[in-house]
Amino acid sequence: MSSRRIFATAKRLLEQLRHDPRTVLLLLAVPLVLMILLRYLFGSQLVEFNQLAPMLIALFPFTIMFVVTSIAMLRERMTGTLERLLTSPISKLEILLGYGLGFGILAVLQVALVLLLTFGPLDMRISGSISMLLVFSVLDALMGTALGLLLSAFANSEFQAVQFLPAFIFPQMLLSGIFIPRDQMPQALRYLSDLLPLSYAIDGASRTSLTKIWTLASSIDLSVVVIAIPLALALGALTLKRQTN
Amino acid sequence: MRRYSPAHLFEVSRTAHLIVVPTRFVQVETVLTIDRLRVSRGGSLVLNNVTAEVASGRVAGLLGASGSGKSTLMRSIVGVQRIDSGKITVLNLPAGAKELRRKVGYVSQSPAVYLDLTVIENLNYFSSIFALHDTRVEEVLERVSLSGARKQLASSLSGGQRARLSLALALLPSPAILVLDEPTVGLDPLLREELWDHFHELASQGCTLLVSSHVMDEAERCDDLVLLRDGQVIFHSSPANLKASTEADNLDSAFLTLAKRAKNEF
Repeated sequence: MSSRRIFATAKRLLEQLRHDPRTVLLLLAVPLVLMILLRYLFGSQLVEFNQLAPMLIALFPFTIMFVVTSIAMLRERMTGTLERLLTSPISKLEILLGYGLGFGILAVLQVALVLLLTFGPLDMRISGSISMLLVFSVLDALMGTALGLLLSAFANSEFQAVQFLPAFIFPQMLLSGIFIPRDQMPQALRYLSDLLPLSYAIDGASRTSLTKIWTLASSIDLSVVVIAIPLALALGALTLKRQTN
Repeated sequence: MRRYSPAHLFEVSRTAHLIVVPTRFVQVETVLTIDRLRVSRGGSLVLNNVTAEVASGRVAGLLGASGSGKSTLMRSIVGVQRIDSGKITVLNLPAGAKELRRKVGYVSQSPAVYLDLTVIENLNYFSSIFALHDTRVEEVLERVSLSGARKQLASSLSGGQRARLSLALALLPSPAILVLDEPTVGLDPLLREELWDHFHELASQGCTLLVSSHVMDEAERCDDLVLLRDGQVIFHSSPANLKASTEADNLDSAFLTLAKRAKNEF
């Protein structure tokens, strides 16, 4: 494992983005616009807004990073640069970690801007911890990156990759407790939602913004998300095939 | 596989039934051996029992029409193609071995470069992957005559420039073997001439090159030839021997003769 190659890959990704300012603008501005929209949607119902917003703060970067990463990786595969990398000394895991780091830096920036906006001009109030909400949101974005990298191995075209959003992310979203609290779900769906990493990501963000008291449940939320990231990356390295037909 | 090579002097090629005329009585090191390679893609056989050898410091041409299996053979040599059976040995190691990734340079048919990076950013990235000194990037830039375009985005380069950038990335680690898939396609004759001169210069420095082409006039510039047709080797020797054995005065008609001969054998 070489940190030089991981850093070089992250740097290369950020350089690619620097030459594509419109993508960067979309990445950073879209979550902000969505939060503004949400705020005015709720109008004077501040209690509801304060309850829902933390969950969406955790959800938006997760979703956006998932899509961006899977497309970026797919593009790398289709233009032949991935094959070039695989015939060079860089390892598959180093490539994926480089991606994680590069997009992770972007995710921190994205989440920081959202928090500045919501806690500033949008006047959001939570009784829990803002810093833990930041931690959860960034980790969720990283999890989106890791899952995007993993799933991009199963897409052979952009059409397929984009379909992973409704096929893979939407069901997790429905079961994550944003729409119906998880303890009010039918038993079978409750068990299903227990198996999905996004449930813990959303629970974590929601719990940490409700109260400053750290519970066993918060620890479980954090651990699941923290473990899911390297697990998805490791699986991604396994599914990334050096030899293809 | 270092050996004095009487084998090279009088060996009768099994596939082509041609006597190899002695060229030089020197020590020959085989750096690439392909032994009864079979590869199928999408259910159909692309390479059928391919056997070939390339000696050190030679420019070997891999020739054949589009669809004859050239790219698949090259991908197998660099270890990114799943193979059915057979054995490929590169520098005494199995193809695709980790130790080979610094020693074997590969340039795919369509330029594999980051289009949304500048020329220099492309080179710098691979330079750090290979842990090279910054001066090497400048050397290679000079080498492929892209110094003037260093700050240009790869997407804004012409086809020929892109191909040269792709070649530059493969040249960076000074590989012992270069596998080049149709590197001169779409280049103007002058640039093509320059590239071939460059290939021979690299060979004279000890690099071994395997260059694929579907243009027969490029065969003249190779030291050795491997002719592929429908996934089978129909000839494996020098350009001079090709002309001699087929009594043809140019390689195009030689290829025709061989193709017909191969057909009649079935």
